[in-house]
Amino acid sequence: MAAYNIVDHEYDVVVVGAGGAGLRATFGMVQHGLKTACITKVFPTRSHTVAAQGGVGAALGNMAEDNWVWHMYDTVKGSDWLGDQDAIEYMCREAIPAVLELEHYGVPFSRTPEGKIYQRPFGGHMRNFGEAPVQRACAAADRTGHAILHTLYQQSLKHHAEFFVEYFALDLMMDSEGCRGVVALDMATGTIHRFKAHTVVMATGGYGRAYFSCTSAHTCTGDGNAMVARAGLPLQDMEFVQFHPTGVYGAGVLITEGARGEGGYLTNSHGERFMERYAPTAKDLASRDVVSRAMTMEIREGQGVGAEKDHILLHLEHLGAEVLHQRLPGITETAKVFAGVDATKEPIPVLPTVHYNMGGIPTNYMAEAIQPLPGKPDNVIPGLMAIGEAACVSVHGANRLGTNSLLDLVVFGRAAALRAKDIVKKGAAHRPLPKDAADLALSRLDRIRNASGSMTTAQIRKNMQRIMQNDAAVFRTSKTLKEGYDKLGQVSGSLRDLKVSDRSLIFNTDLIEALELENLMACALATIAGADARHESRGAHAHEDFPNRDDATWMKHTLAWIGDDWKVKLDYRPVHTYTLTNDVKYIPPKARVY
Amino acid sequence: MVEFTLPKNSKPTKGKSYPAPAGAKNVKRFDVYRYDPDTDANPHIDSYDVDMDTCGPMVLDALLKIKDEMDQTLTLRRSCREGICGSCSMNIDGGNTLACLKPIEDCKGAVKVYPLPHMPVIKDLVPDLTHVYAQYTSIEPWMKTDTPPPSSGERLQSPEEREKLDGLWECILCFCCSTSCPSYWWNGDRYLGPAILLQAARWINDSRDEATGERLDNLEDPFRLYRCHTIMNCTNTCPKGLNPAKAIADIKMKLVERAG
Ligand SMILES: Cc1cc2nc3c(=O)[nH]c(=O)nc-3n(C[C@H](O)[C@H](O)[C@H](O)COP(=O)(O)OP(=O)(O)OC[C@H]3O[C@@H](n4cnc5c(N)ncnc54)[C@H](O)[C@@H]3O)c2cc1C
Ligand code: SF4
Ligand code: SF4
Ligand code: FES
Repeated sequence: MAAYNIVDHEYDVVVVGAGGAGLRATFGMVQHGLKTACITKVFPTRSHTVAAQGGVGAALGNMAEDNWVWHMYDTVKGSDWLGDQDAIEYMCREAIPAVLELEHYGVPFSRTPEGKIYQRPFGGHMRNFGEAPVQRACAAADRTGHAILHTLYQQSLKHHAEFFVEYFALDLMMDSEGCRGVVALDMATGTIHRFKAHTVVMATGGYGRAYFSCTSAHTCTGDGNAMVARAGLPLQDMEFVQFHPTGVYGAGVLITEGARGEGGYLTNSHGERFMERYAPTAKDLASRDVVSRAMTMEIREGQGVGAEKDHILLHLEHLGAEVLHQRLPGITETAKVFAGVDATKEPIPVLPTVHYNMGGIPTNYMAEAIQPLPGKPDNVIPGLMAIGEAACVSVHGANRLGTNSLLDLVVFGRAAALRAKDIVKKGAAHRPLPKDAADLALSRLDRIRNASGSMTTAQIRKNMQRIMQNDAAVFRTSKTLKEGYDKLGQVSGSLRDLKVSDRSLIFNTDLIEALELENLMACALATIAGADARHESRGAHAHEDFPNRDDATWMKHTLAWIGDDWKVKLDYRPVHTYTLTNDVKYIPPKARVY
Repeated sequence: MVEFTLPKNSKPTKGKSYPAPAGAKNVKRFDVYRYDPDTDANPHIDSYDVDMDTCGPMVLDALLKIKDEMDQTLTLRRSCREGICGSCSMNIDGGNTLACLKPIEDCKGAVKVYPLPHMPVIKDLVPDLTHVYAQYTSIEPWMKTDTPPPSSGERLQSPEEREKLDGLWECILCFCCSTSCPSYWWNGDRYLGPAILLQAARWINDSRDEATGERLDNLEDPFRLYRCHTIMNCTNTCPKGLNPAKAIADIKMKLVERAG
């Protein structure tokens, strides 16, 4: 192995990721007096949270009567009863103070005439246990993620948080007791940094780029998930991948659900508002899985639009230029740039597009990572936490409601800091690291940096993305999933033939993309293996051979371990069928109609 | 033998040419600035002939196609590919902009792609932004209040007050503006430049913030603010359609009003 220049650091806490979740955790930790480092592969305000458009959910009741218990009911129903209700109760109750806190930090929310935070309707958010849509999404025009991410970075500066920007985390350092830290590569200099920490918080976001067409940024590559998997720990519920109904046809960039919240609607080739047939009450504001399936059905039945009859139209033109300019300026621009459409005059061509990963690193509602042991399904692994899209708390279960991710980021980012305050002793001495603690990271780095096979990262990545796109789509069958898993097995094998051309250690993005590809591959395999095994349909997992939900057998979380040979091993753990307090009762499963 | 090394970023020399794949009918040339820190040699320009029939519409699509299919060593920053993260700012066809929002169609002839001007270059199209980031921190860009927030509610702000932030809060810190400003080129060590001054204006105009006076004090300085000579490059180049020159003029006005 080549000699690398290694720098050692000691912190109470290291947060990996500076999106909404990572930043909220980072300055929370600093506020509690913990010596904290935040490592991020992109400058904080370039994290993917910046792209969130529509809003953050909280039952503030600024524009219509609302109640956090209704929010909880909607989230449980949205999750198709795969969500853990203790965690969902925690999130929906904490939503109100969490969003007010964001306002106090300076988020430039849009306002009502009385000067309160503006709220818009969003898919699956209803009043009084499913009666009719309610205005619950707190919005800063259609750039809510941008507003929140910049504000959280500003708060981190205010608290003098320590950042390591454009540092790429490679792998965790583990010992027999748990997690001891993380190894990272400083991209600008090529030096290796070993961060010892009493707690490592994974806040690395989702893995949308496992698919060919997605709304996610290039940097959404599931790095944290894969690092945890390589540490021998399981990932949870990875088969649940959300398709957003309205990605721009072709480009894949997102048109927020808030567009339908403001009154937009979908039509097929007959100009019919078909959602009225599929979801008589919520119509175009049904849950995302429901709308995406309906659109896919319409296209399959030959009722798609365009030369290939392969997409659907989203109408906003009736809202008028003024409403669009005031409430949806970003997506009006997006429609123009990426679809060549003037949204004030014509409909936007859209298609269900991969958008969000419900699965991830299993945690409890205090953000602590879980490694189930026989008879102890909720066993906590010392020294490791996970938050944000990388985590599976699980508040989103089988299908996330819009606006609940931004909420998840701030609520559980804060929860991680609160928990760390209780369990991490400030400035406590670090045990010496095992001699080989950084070996996993360094040998992997060395192997990939010197990879001299015949296939580029882009070639292998495209092969993987095509398989995921075709075989783990909105609708799945046992046949496509089995074939997909086998093909993916071959593609992962082709990583042995990888070629990296840039041998430099300075800002080597050829190397970084190869490291990211391995991370994506682990996530993709867990996704398709979990999907093949789950013989039911629930939330975003629509299995055509098993079209019904089967609570007796399948109301349980999937756990996936990924071996060094890329083979996936599955097991399961129970869903929490209880609430956190006596304020609310457990919501028992029932049929899901919108 | 005496060896001369020109300063980094000096006039680049001609580099390699990469032909389009055989059979490509609709070819466009991209002349891309390359700088390899490992060799420390002078920068050079590599030419890539890209097959437009299999390429997306934006300059970023072409650059990523080059990286994927022609030359894996080409180095640039990118993330969102929709003009919101501010990673892919660079100089294209003589103007600073975001590669992901710049239609290839708009470029006549060969497309010239350079890093943001007058910044130290780490590699190829990747500038070192440490100094601008530090300048951002220096204006203390966070809400400052003495009055505690209401215990169970938001700070109220009327839609009219909120509207004063429009055109300011949308800034994505891409620094296309600052790196197009001649005053910033020559005095960037002390002049804050349009991007940072626009951020300062974002807080000065927030009805909830209670440190307006202190913020203005910090700007009242011959270098930090008054190097702007209203040349307007910043506003003309901003890929988000913002108007930093106006934001700066507004700050100057506020200082004049305050002086009475
Ligand atoms: C287009 C779009 C619109 C959306 N709109 C909404 C909405 O309106 N409401 C809503 O609730 N949700 C929305 N979502 C979902 C939501 O934005 C995301 O789920 C959420 O922002 C994820 O945040 P995060 O903090 O977990 O991760 P991210 O914001 O993705 O941040 C990940 C961080 O981890 C760092 N990182 C990753 N890997 C490494 C590594 N190896 N080393 C070092 N650092 C690393 C990155 O640098 C980054 O800082 C939207 C998503 C998309 C794609
Ligand atoms: S208007 Fe001021 S800030 Fe803008 S380019 Fe000119 S001198 Fe620079
Ligand atoms: S004002 Fe415009 S050009 Fe300048 S940093 Fe902000 S978005 Fe970029
Ligand atoms: S890639 Fe985000 S602005 Fe261009």
